Amino acid sequence: MLSGFFRGLGSYFLFLGAVFRRPESWREYFKSFVRETELLGMSSIPLVVFISLFMGAVLTIQTAINLDDPFIPDMYIGIAVREGILLEFAPTIVSLILAGKVGSNISSSLGTMRVTEQMDALQVMGINPASYLVLPKIGASLLFFPILVIFSIFMGLLGGYLAGDWLHLVNPDDFLLGYFDEFQPYYVVYSLTKTVVFAFIISSVSAWYGYHVKGGAVEVGKASTKAVVAMSFSIILFNYILTDVMLQ
Amino acid sequence: MIEVRGIKKAFGDQEVLKGIDMVLQPGQCNLIIGSSGSGKTVMLKSIVGLIQPDAGQVLLDGRDWTAMKERDRKVLRQEMGMVFQASALFTSLSVEENVRFPLDFFSTMSAAEKDQRVAFCLDRVRIPQSALTKNPAELSGGMQKRVAIARAIVLNPKYLFCDEPNSGLDPETSIVIDQLIQEITREFGMTTVVNTHDMNSVLEIGDHVVLMRHGYKVWEGAGPDILQSTDQEVVDYVFRSALFKRVRSALK
Repeated sequence: MLSGFFRGLGSYFLFLGAVFRRPESWREYFKSFVRETELLGMSSIPLVVFISLFMGAVLTIQTAINLDDPFIPDMYIGIAVREGILLEFAPTIVSLILAGKVGSNISSSLGTMRVTEQMDALQVMGINPASYLVLPKIGASLLFFPILVIFSIFMGLLGGYLAGDWLHLVNPDDFLLGYFDEFQPYYVVYSLTKTVVFAFIISSVSAWYGYHVKGGAVEVGKASTKAVVAMSFSIILFNYILTDVMLQ
Repeated sequence: MIEVRGIKKAFGDQEVLKGIDMVLQPGQCNLIIGSSGSGKTVMLKSIVGLIQPDAGQVLLDGRDWTAMKERDRKVLRQEMGMVFQASALFTSLSVEENVRFPLDFFSTMSAAEKDQRVAFCLDRVRIPQSALTKNPAELSGGMQKRVAIARAIVLNPKYLFCDEPNSGLDPETSIVIDQLIQEITREFGMTTVVNTHDMNSVLEIGDHVVLMRHGYKVWEGAGPDILQSTDQEVVDYVFRSALFKRVRSALK
């Protein structure tokens, strides 16, 4: 099992070596990058907005219930919600959700291209399929996932505020004060750094699984499932490592 | 001319190609035939460089393709076109975009010239204007094959490779595709290599035929001569082929 893991790891790095090659045509790669940005990034906005609004709302409700004490000002609930969303919920939970949506899309689309010989067709034409198909996806993810997470942070904070106000759980002015109190810009850097790392994991790991599919439609589905599991493990692991490195 | 010298390929313990030599004639339709598992697809993929053989050489007009670095191969690949068994059209692109794709990558033509070239190739394979904006999945199997041929010839290649071009097609459409491949080969003076197990194709378009069996070359020669061969393995193959079945049923 361990040897299989290291063989897979070696194959992953060799794959990355094939991905990061000089493009045959910068213009075509850029066109593909724009397509991928729309496909992987823009199309995820509604999902991220929906999840983040409700995530923020739930976080406010839970925090307000647990800190329901006359000696604890509502401002502290706002601080707790802000830190929760900024540090963990937006970058990590949204990335896990994107691993499911975007990651499975990448692995299944590449897997289908593999089993229908579309990758062979590219290779015969003299186009490096790993680079042409994967590099724009990685680029689009690295560019757009941080934007999605920034969206998520704002939507989460908005959802938290609206839930607190509508359900009369907090004093809205005090709560809002908490959003701005002792705000540390470094936490945004931390959050976006995590997102960039997760974006790379999601796009490259799912691409590796899809690129190496052998067989038919069943294997494409299996690869997609394996990719989501591997991405989730990797995100959780790197979340711990980055937190340890950046916040200690 | 494509020369294959002593090509060997094994996948694990399974030896698929066991030292094959063949000479594929320039400007002709060369057919590699054999039953399933004979190694003809691995042979074709070795010739086009999708599979790296364990031993042997492939010479494209004297250029040692197997020993080339990937950078040099990329240049030479622009002299190749290939039609895949399942057409391998890009499903994210329209019919027109599929044919235009190699031009966008490798041609220095202006946009108008590219439009002209794409229109010429699609017209040459008799794809109607109404199909140009369609997704490949919306086309019939025969039309997909024709679009794949148009894409393969758009860069005006010297070599055309077709892997089982009649796979999944009815006999009538198969003949249309065969004839199209032959017409294009003659018209553009290409060296065409077709992988097939269809004896009809051998008689229809086979200028030069190589018969493979269990990873060996069994017979090589001019197409119609295969029916004159007295070699037992050749006779066995021809006997079992679809042609014989049709002749037998016609005699009945």
